[in-house]
Amino acid sequence: MAKKGNKKKELSRIANLTKGFFKENPIFVFLLGMCPALAVTSSMETGLGMGILVIVVLTSSNIVISLIKNLIPEQVRVPSFIVIIATFVTIIEMLTQAFALDLYNALGIFLPLIVVNCLILGRAEAFASKNGPVASALDGLGMGIGFMLALILIGFTREVLATGAVAYGVYLPLGIEGSLINIDSYVLSMDVFVGPAGGFIVIGLWLAMFQAFSNRNTRKKADARKRWIEEKKHQAAERKRKKAMKEAGETS
Amino acid sequence: MSITVFFVAIISSMLINNVILMRFLGICPFLGVSKKTESAVGMSVAVMFVMVIASIVTYLLYYYVLEPNNITYISTIAFILVIASLVQLVEMFIKKVSKKLYKSLGIYLPLITTNCAILGVVELNIASGYPTDYGVLQGLFVASTAAFGTALGFGLIIFAFSSIRERLDSANVPEAWKGVPISLVIAGIMALAFLGLGGIV
Repeated sequence: MAKKGNKKKELSRIANLTKGFFKENPIFVFLLGMCPALAVTSSMETGLGMGILVIVVLTSSNIVISLIKNLIPEQVRVPSFIVIIATFVTIIEMLTQAFALDLYNALGIFLPLIVVNCLILGRAEAFASKNGPVASALDGLGMGIGFMLALILIGFTREVLATGAVAYGVYLPLGIEGSLINIDSYVLSMDVFVGPAGGFIVIGLWLAMFQAFSNRNTRKKADARKRWIEEKKHQAAERKRKKAMKEAGETS
Repeated sequence: MSITVFFVAIISSMLINNVILMRFLGICPFLGVSKKTESAVGMSVAVMFVMVIASIVTYLLYYYVLEPNNITYISTIAFILVIASLVQLVEMFIKKVSKKLYKSLGIYLPLITTNCAILGVVELNIASGYPTDYGVLQGLFVASTAAFGTALGFGLIIFAFSSIRERLDSANVPEAWKGVPISLVIAGIMALAFLGLGGIV
């Protein structure tokens, strides 16, 4: 019995980590943290950098908040969470300035604005203030990775549509420079996708795709359920008929 | 300093560098409370309140407290604290002064703390470096004018967008595009339209 419980716990830990990737993806499902998702995804690499920073801030703030959640009075909960998050943001702001100056310049004011990223405060409020440090760390890591995946997806689409290539090593200090794919085509040079309009449209397209998939899934599930109910009804009717026949046979 | 400085500040922060469509700040309330025109107007009035007061307070805080003491690196923490407490104060003030106003704005006020438009405008005010152009005290007037213009731009877009969304409710939209996806594409088209205002000032 104890072994079974352990297994269940292990499973829920993995679920804690992976739920943020697709099922509860912060951007495509909950629409949290849309401002950076639109603003820093004009190239894939800035999106990746922002994703990494958010993972660091989210995981560490989740751990700290879950550790001191019992010390914070109920009335000043949100301001204290914000101060904790702001402290971590200030730390990574300084680290980014020291080790990745290009990324620091590219992100601009969106680096300090991680403080008001709804995703981070949302996880602090919804998860870290109710769960233990390990679960909160896993939750923060998973949600952060989901956020990063979404940013990479959006950034990739925008950069390919705008330039026909995906450059790396420009903003992050990777040590090597180059481009991932390189399509030389006049079709793939739509400047509009670097600009703000392209950001809105690309996110709209991806959201529509996610919505189409989830719609199809729910329809499938509803169909399966309907079929199951029909079958049960049919079985019940069959049983009733048999019983009635039996009774009829007994009386005659 | 002539009056044109203020005029330019308002036009450029309201239309050319529109806070939602060009700078991507405040997208959450833009998508969240734009389903009805009424709530959109309430939200933008509350944002205007907090944005102007917050930019005045943080400007003074930065140039009279943080910079002389060489502690500008804690500016983000200081600013977010100022905004959070300001929101609380404004909420209490409105509650005391007008019950009616409180009822219509009350639910939006707590949301403003995490509205990135407020912190974004505050940070942009500091990053613009107004004191080098106009002097510290006159820079304050330009900064607050820019904040006012930004809030006007926020209100304009969120109002226009909510009107479009109300029309959209009765439109025949494909199932996959219903709700947020089609709204985002509409916002993209609005952003394209606003690109045309680029050369005004």
